[in-house]
Amino acid sequence: MKFGFIPTDKLSPWRLAAHGAPIVVVLLLFPQFGGLYQTQLLTYGLIFAIATLGFNLLLGYTGLLSFGHSAYFALGAYTAAFMVKYLGVGSMELYILGGLLITAVISAAFGYVCVRHTRIFFAVLTLALSQVLWTLAYKFFWVTGGTDGIRVPFSKMTLLGGVVDFTSRGGYQSFVFSYYYYVVGLFLVCVSLMWVIVHSPFGKALQAIRDNETRAQFLGIRVRHYRWIAFLVSGTFTGLAGILWVPLNGLVTPDIAWWPFSGEIVFMTVLGGFRNFTGPIVGAVVFNYLKTYAIASTVFWQAALGIILLVLVLALPAGIVGACSRLTAKLRQKKEDEEDMAT
Amino acid sequence: MTLLRTVNLKKYFGETHAVDDVNFTVTKGELLSLVGSNGAGKTTLVNLISAYLHPDEGQILLDEEDITHSSVNDRIQAGIARSFQLVNLFDDLTAFDNVALAIFAREGKTGNLMSIADHDEEVRREADEVMGQFGLENKGGLTAGGLAQGERKLLDVAVAYALRPKLLFLDEPTSGVSTRDKLQIMDTISSVVRAENVTAVIIEHDMDVVFKYSDRIVAMHEGKILADGPPDEIRNNQDVATTLLGAALPS
Repeated sequence: MKFGFIPTDKLSPWRLAAHGAPIVVVLLLFPQFGGLYQTQLLTYGLIFAIATLGFNLLLGYTGLLSFGHSAYFALGAYTAAFMVKYLGVGSMELYILGGLLITAVISAAFGYVCVRHTRIFFAVLTLALSQVLWTLAYKFFWVTGGTDGIRVPFSKMTLLGGVVDFTSRGGYQSFVFSYYYYVVGLFLVCVSLMWVIVHSPFGKALQAIRDNETRAQFLGIRVRHYRWIAFLVSGTFTGLAGILWVPLNGLVTPDIAWWPFSGEIVFMTVLGGFRNFTGPIVGAVVFNYLKTYAIASTVFWQAALGIILLVLVLALPAGIVGACSRLTAKLRQKKEDEEDMAT
Repeated sequence: MTLLRTVNLKKYFGETHAVDDVNFTVTKGELLSLVGSNGAGKTTLVNLISAYLHPDEGQILLDEEDITHSSVNDRIQAGIARSFQLVNLFDDLTAFDNVALAIFAREGKTGNLMSIADHDEEVRREADEVMGQFGLENKGGLTAGGLAQGERKLLDVAVAYALRPKLLFLDEPTSGVSTRDKLQIMDTISSVVRAENVTAVIIEHDMDVVFKYSDRIVAMHEGKILADGPPDEIRNNQDVATTLLGAALPS
C-alpha cells in the first residue's frame, strides 16, 4: 500500500532514537569536557529550551504569538521561591509539583481569556496579563521581596526525594553537575512529550487551525477549545522551565515577569526557527550563549542582540535550523542532479 | 424522500434580500445543482444551511428535525459537510494529512494528544482510499499549497467527502479551472457521490456542466427560487433562459 505523506519509518521510535542518541551522548559527556562554567551555561540553555518548546506549541503549531510567556516562567519560579520562603520546602520534586499545579491553573485562566481572540488582539492580551503579574511581583514587596526578590539557596535543596543534597564542602560544584543531569533528564522527557503532542491527531488539528481556522471549524474541530488546551500545555511547559531556573539562578526577581523577558522567549524561538520542531531548542541554547558573551564583550550588548535579530529576520526568516534544512535539501538535490547527469 | 427542507427561510443584509422566503428541498440520493447569477443568493442559502450564517426567519429541517439554531459542529455531526467557493485547505499540511485530518475529526480522535497520528493504520487506510477515489493517490506527499488548481479543487471536495456526510454542499467546485479539468473534476465528483449514494448539492455557473451531471436543478434569482425541476424542464424554461442568462439555454 502506498502512503502519500510522511513515511511511517521516518517517525518510527527506533529511527528517532538512532538520530537522537548521539545528541544524548554529547549531553551526557558534556560536563567531562565542558567544565563547570560551560556546564552551567548549557544548563541555562536547556532550561530555556523547555520554555521555547512550550512557547512554540502556540506560535509554530497553532499560529498564536504570545508576548506574555514571561508570566508562566515567573509563576513557576515564584511558586518554587514561595515554597522555600514560606513553607521551608527543600525538595525539587515538590517545587515541580507545586509549580506545575499553579502554572497550569493560571495558564488555564489566562488562556480562557486570551484564546477568544487571535492575531494582534491575542498578543496584546497575553502581554497585558503578564504585566499584571509583573506588577504584583513588583508592588507586593512584603510578599514577593519586590526588586530584591527571593533567594533560593541551592544548599537547602535536595534532588530525587532527598537522595542527593549539597550541604557538604564543594557543594556548589557538586550542585552544578548534579543539577545539570537532572535538567538533562527533564529536558529529554519534555522533548519526547512535545514531540508526541505535535505528531498526535491533536497536533495536526492545531496545525490545521493555524493554516485555516474556518475550514478546521467546518471539519468539526472545536477551534477555541483546542487553542485553549494548547495554551494550557504551552504555559505549563514554560512554567516548568521557570521552576528549574530558580535553584540555578539562586534568586528570583520581578525581571523575569517583565515583558522584555517575553521578548527574549520570542527571540530564542525565531532565532532557531519556529516552523520546525528542533528550531526553538537550538535557538534557546544559542541565544543563551549569544547573550552571555555579548554582555561580557560590550556595554552595548542589547544593540548587538538587536542587530542579530534584524539580520536574522531579513536574511534567515526560517531561523538557524530552517536555513540549515534548506541548505541540506539544496545540496542533496544538487548531488542527485549530478548523479542523474552522470548516468 | 426529502432529506432537507427549508421553510420560508429569510436572510437580509440591510436592504438586500439575499435569501427571501425560500422553500428549498433536497431529496435523498440526488445530485442537485443550484444555479443563478452572481448575487442570486445561492451561497447565502448554503451558508445558512451549513450554519456559517444564521437566518433572520424561517426553519431548516434535516430528516424533519429542526436544526435552524444548531451550531456548525452539530450540523457536521448531523451529516452536513461543505466545501467553499474559494479553495479552503490546510496549505502547509500534506494533501494526505488534509484528508486524514477530516477522518480524525469525524472519528472524534482530534482531541488525542498522546498517540502518533501517522501510526493510526485505520485512518491511513481510509485516507489512502479517499485519495484514490479522487485520483490524488500520487499527490499525498505534496503540501496542499503546492498542488495545481484542479488538484486543489478535488482535494477540497475530498476533505469534505471524508467526513462521510449525508448531505454534501459543493460551492463552485470547478471555478477557475480549464474546461478539460472542469469535466474531469465533475466526472470524479459525480462518480464518487453516485457510487457512495451521497446526496450532493452543487453550486455551479457552467450550464453545460449543470445539464450534464444534475438530477434536478434549482434556479435562484434575487434571493428567490425562480425554477425547480429536472434538467429538461429547466432547459425549456423561458424565465430561466431570459432572467437568469439573458439568452437561450444550450440545447
